[in-house]
Amino acid sequence: MKWPAMGYARAKSLAELWSALDAHGSAGQIIAGGQTLLATLAFRLSEPSTLIDITGIPELRGISVQGGALRLGALTLHADLCCDPLVKAHAPLLAAAAPLIAHPAIRNRGTIGGSLAYADPAAELPACVIALDATVITVSAKGERRVPAAAFFTDLLQTALEPQEIIAAVEFPLTKRLGAIEEIARRSGDYAMAGLAATLHLEAGRVIKPRLVYFGVGKIPVLAAAAAKALEGRSLDTASISAVQAALAEDLDPPQDLHGPPEMKRHLARVLTERVLQGFLREKVQAA
Amino acid sequence: MIPISLTVNGEKVVRHVEPRRHLIDFLRLDLGLTGSHAGCEHGVCGACTLRVNGKIMRGCLILAASLDGADVVTIEGISESGEVSDLQAAFVARNAAQCGFCTPGMVMTAAELLAEAGTPTRGEIREYLSGNYCRCTGYQAIVDAVEDTLRSRSAKP
Repeated sequence: MKWPAMGYARAKSLAELWSALDAHGSAGQIIAGGQTLLATLAFRLSEPSTLIDITGIPELRGISVQGGALRLGALTLHADLCCDPLVKAHAPLLAAAAPLIAHPAIRNRGTIGGSLAYADPAAELPACVIALDATVITVSAKGERRVPAAAFFTDLLQTALEPQEIIAAVEFPLTKRLGAIEEIARRSGDYAMAGLAATLHLEAGRVIKPRLVYFGVGKIPVLAAAAAKALEGRSLDTASISAVQAALAEDLDPPQDLHGPPEMKRHLARVLTERVLQGFLREKVQAA
Repeated sequence: MIPISLTVNGEKVVRHVEPRRHLIDFLRLDLGLTGSHAGCEHGVCGACTLRVNGKIMRGCLILAASLDGADVVTIEGISESGEVSDLQAAFVARNAAQCGFCTPGMVMTAAELLAEAGTPTRGEIREYLSGNYCRCTGYQAIVDAVEDTLRSRSAKP
């Protein structure tokens, strides 16, 4: 279907954005790359009075290392994640996730800020920012707030963003750790039926601070606490991987969806757990 | 109506557009450039793939109103420039276009892959084209055509 009739305004600075948001109130809808929003408008899932385009705001751009963190402006493209040297060096998990996000033509326009603000529970980047223990920097006319990624996603398609507040950037700590992402989708580039983004440290063969984040299995990405507890301090081997798989029963309560029943999702989560952790095991063996 | 001034296939275009006009309708209905196809109109099928500021994008997921200052290149543009004449010849030779609806999008997407450095495998060609639906060919002939073009280009000094 064609998009609904609506207005369009370009904000060229944060100051222009605040006045545009004031003028249009709650029926004003922010648009960045629009790769999700415009598809939902074609389905008439919402009918905003005005789209407010933020892609011309320079403060929302840029990839840099500052203050002990990798900072990605909200307008960073998925296509930049795969190839930027700073991202590759400091958050290789994001570089690994980028090819899983949709298709080249969409990665060339979709943004990290848009993906996080939309908060699709089956999307890759929300899970990755939690796995990397990132901080979401939000900004409104009242100033900046720093929200830990693990607290940013509050419910299905809901975030900690307040009305008239946007994502300015995402910061990732410069911690050396292993990271991996795996997902199962019906077609390359589709949303995952289930996925897992994971990071951990290995010290003297022992797993330290594992963060296993499952996506496509609930209303928000799930940081699996029982699974992490089952893995903490243990060496990576068949026994510890089985323990993590068993612990998932406590962490995951997937809903039935178009793809299948809860038990199928639980099965996929166990399969992904084995793939990701076996992958770390192989890396460890190669490094040794 | 939103005023926009942009470049389409090298020519300066100045128009007023409704915000609800997507880039494909702007090209087809306002400019008469009917090479870019409107398929699903929600970003899934890839028939509307074209180039904005040098990178391929979904024309149906772009507001024409947002393109002030942009550089748009369509299948008409890369056909006339000769950039993809070898790829188009390979499509004909391999019978990679049947009904032809997906073909402009396929060519635009494959052109970006061919322009990148490296020698993609058949699997990588399929992956790159995974966002472009074809309901006729079963894809085999399309991958063949891209692979042939890749080979003949890398054989040249």
